[in-house]
This record gives sequence, C-alpha cells and structure tokens, in this order.
Amino acid sequence: MAIQALSLRFGGVAALTRVSLEIRRGEILAVIGPNGAGKTSLLNSISGLYRPQEGSIRFFPAPDDEEGVELTRRRPDEIARLGIARTFQNIELFRHMTVLDNLLLGRHIHMRANVLTGGIWWGLAQREEIEHRAVVEEIIDFLEIEPIRRQPVGTLSYGLQKRVELGRALALEPQILLLDEPMAGMNVEEKEDMARFILDINEERGVTVVLIEHDMGVVMDISDRVAVLDFGSKIADGSPQEIRSHPDVIRAYLGQEHA
Amino acid sequence: MDLFIQLTVSGLTNGAVYALAALGFVLIYKSSDVINFAQGELLLVGAYVTFFFVAQAGLAWPVGVLLALAVAVVLGVAVERTVLRPLIGEPIISVIMVTIGLASVLRALVTAIWGPVPRSFPAFIPRDEVLILGAVVSADRLWAIALSILMLALFSLFFRLSNEGIAMRAVADDQQAAMSMGISIRRIFALAWSIAAVTATIGGMLLANIIGVGGNIAGLGLRVFPAVILGGLDSIPGAVIGGVVIGLLEAWTGGYIGQGLNQIVPFIVLTLVLMVRPYGLFGQEIIERV
Repeated sequence: MAIQALSLRFGGVAALTRVSLEIRRGEILAVIGPNGAGKTSLLNSISGLYRPQEGSIRFFPAPDDEEGVELTRRRPDEIARLGIARTFQNIELFRHMTVLDNLLLGRHIHMRANVLTGGIWWGLAQREEIEHRAVVEEIIDFLEIEPIRRQPVGTLSYGLQKRVELGRALALEPQILLLDEPMAGMNVEEKEDMARFILDINEERGVTVVLIEHDMGVVMDISDRVAVLDFGSKIADGSPQEIRSHPDVIRAYLGQEHA
Repeated sequence: MDLFIQLTVSGLTNGAVYALAALGFVLIYKSSDVINFAQGELLLVGAYVTFFFVAQAGLAWPVGVLLALAVAVVLGVAVERTVLRPLIGEPIISVIMVTIGLASVLRALVTAIWGPVPRSFPAFIPRDEVLILGAVVSADRLWAIALSILMLALFSLFFRLSNEGIAMRAVADDQQAAMSMGISIRRIFALAWSIAAVTATIGGMLLANIIGVGGNIAGLGLRVFPAVILGGLDSIPGAVIGGVVIGLLEAWTGGYIGQGLNQIVPFIVLTLVLMVRPYGLFGQEIIERV
C-alpha cells in the first residue's frame, strides 16, 4: 500500500500534513508518535472513517497489480471488503452479543446466502454456516478464548475484549490488519500474549500488520519497520535500530536539548 | 362476560396492529436513532395502496396484497435514498423534523389521489361472526390477531437468524464497528425503512379490513407513540407488549368507563409508568458516568 502526500483537516486544525508512507507486503509496521500526532487519524483515513482532503492511498490487492485501488473516496464497508480489517483504540465490540456472534459478524463479507436464497435453497445456507463456524472456531483456538465463546462481550475483562476484537478482525481474513493500540492498558503478561498473537498472525497467516503502540519495548521487539509521526507530519521511518538513534525522533520524544 | 370478551378481542386486534407498526418504528430508531413521525402515514399509504390493487384495479387479493408489499419495499428504499441519505452527518433532530415533513407529504398525496372521503374496503378477510365462550366476535378481528402474531414471529426469526437481521443488530449496537466489518450502513437503513413500510402496510390493510380506508388509519397509527414509549423506544419485545397494553386499555376504558376517555387513559397510564421507569418498561437505561 502506498500513501502519498495525505492531508486531513478538521476545520482549521491540520490532523495530517502531507504524510507519505509505504506499507510493504508481509511486514509489521509500527506507527509511533506523541499523543495527538495523528496516528489514529492515519488509520481512520486508511479504513475510510475519515475523508482526507488531499493525497492518495493506493492499495495493491495482488503482488502483480501495478494499478492498485484508490481508497480515499471509498466507504468503510467497501474498504473492509477489499481485505483491510481493523481494531479500535476504545474497543468497539457488539457488546450485547456473545463472543461467537461477534466473530461470526466478522465473516459478514464472506457470506453469500441471504433471506431469499436461504429460503429457496436451505442447503446452501447450512453448508455456509458450517464453513464459517469452522473458520471462527479456528480463530477461537488460536487466540485461546474457548472458555468464553458463549459469553456476552460486555461482561468480559478489558484484556479479553481486546483479544476478541482482534479475533473479529481476523475473521475477515484480511490482507492488511490495522491495530490501534492493541496492548494499551494491559499488564505485562497480557502484552506478551498479544505480541505473540501479532507475530503469529504475521508469520503464519501472512497478514501485513500496521500497529499503533506506545510501549517502545514491544515496538522495537516485534516490528520490521517503524514510522514516526509528530504534529501530523511524518518525521522518520526505518528499521527499529535506525529509529532508536534518529535525532528528529529523539527530539520529538524528549525535547530539544537532548538531541 | 360477553362484553369483556368482545372488548378484549377488539383491544387485542388494535393492539396487534399497533405492535406491528411499533416494530417498524423501533427498528428505525434502533438502527439510525431517528424517531419516525411518519409511521402512522406509512399505515395509511399501505392501506390505500392495498385498496387500489384489490378494489380499484380488481386484482385477486393474494396478488394485490403481494403488490402492495412490493410497493412498501420500494417506498422504504426511496425514503432512504431521497430523504435520509442527503441528511447523513446532519444533526439527528433535523432528520426527525424531516420525518414530520414526510408525514405531511404522504398524507397530502393520499388525499390528492383518493380524496378525503373514507371508503369501504373489500373484505378479503372473512367477516363472519364467531362465538367465543358465548360472546359474538367478528372473525376478521381474530384473523388480524393471528396474522400479526405470525408476522411478529417471522420478524423475530429474521433478526435472530438471517445475515441481514444480524447485521442490523450489529449496526444498532455499534455503527463504526459494523462498517469496519464490511456492513453497508446505507443498505441497513434502507432495509429498516422497508421493513417498517411492510409491517405498516400489513397493519394498515388489517385495520382497513375492519374500519374501511380513510384518514383515521393514520390517527390510529399514531398510537404507536404511547406503545413504544411504554415499551421502551429501543426494545422490540417492548414494542409488542406496549402495543397490546395500549390496545387493551383503550378498549376496556371505552367499554366500561365511556367513549372519549379511551383516548386519554392510555396516556395517563403511560405517564404513570414513565414516572416509575423513565426508559419505558423494557428500554435500555442510558447511564453516563462522568
């Protein structure tokens, strides 16, 4: 995916200013930056919740596809159908439904049966149901949430809700997974679990991962590349080692005199 | 005893129709937060369209009813396209005001096409007299109750089991998350309005079969407001129970206390209930922690 000169304004406030960024197939890219730097705005622009005024986001669904698809004028549901799934900073689960139902809703874009065809050909709907259940059960296994699968999501702990949300995004079988602070507010053990899940998703399922994270230890450990935003502009990107010693990054985080 | 049974059957009939109309109302409110003031007019339009196909075009009634339901679906989609979509992102109160405008437009259209004089409706539901525990009851009322129960059961299955129904519940729960699952909010809104128009049309034709087609159908449709407020704006079971309670209250007060009072008593009970349960009997309490 190639993001070029992306600008997003809310009235007079510039949330993003000419941000250009490449997301490479199969990588884990971390987006970091101080609070209010525009990290979530960037994710929301990719997933279609915000409409940037300028710039382009081109998504290349297949490796040999040179043309790509422009995302900036598309609706969030269209973008989800293209294979881009996400989680939210403040968990956005369907609170009144069970874990299983939440994950099954992640299968929505893969469902073909509707009221009419299901009424005419019950077998198709049934076969599909079994297929989707299999996919969802596999994700439940993978995320180790078997014991809670029939519980309403609203009753679960924060850490588990985060895990369910990750599972629901996985159920879309996306090419790109956008994670907005997947480890915020977790204890060390929960963070380690989450980091392991993200690595497995990336390696075993071949999903490209873009994550926003504040825990620098985690960021440096699991990401292939890091991009740094500050006041709506990208100030650096590169390998974790490069970023660690980048003067602009140190300035943004620690202030002028340390640079 | 005879009077009690007759009143109860008549109350249940109206209550069942209110429940149908309220179902559509709650659906629209749940999925889009819009309070639809045109719900009574949807019943009116549904009744007249059925009247047109069955009485004026002279079609066999199963065909006429199906065509009327098809018109309802088209009407629902058209409302979403022309009325709601241009207002996406506008304050919800603007959308609610627009539904009041829509109510006037629909009412005026009906008067322009069919005139202001009420007409009799060709009875496609039998009006024979039936004896229940010795009381004489008109069969069309029993049919109306049975059909309403059937429709309510079908729709609750639809919400529970079908992909569209589940997607609709997801939108009601969390619009952002629903969009990120690839659910098209526009389609869901169109679906909600179509279902509202379809249930209203069924309610409208059941009413018309009993009282004829005329402007008073919209007036009866207006009773969805006490019904849904009683049940809780966002609760489908609440809408059904609210509808039945309002229908029964009207019939009993009309029969035992006096005509005219039946217009008021449902609202008195409503006020009393709201004093104890401000979110309605089954409504979701909104608790904001600061």
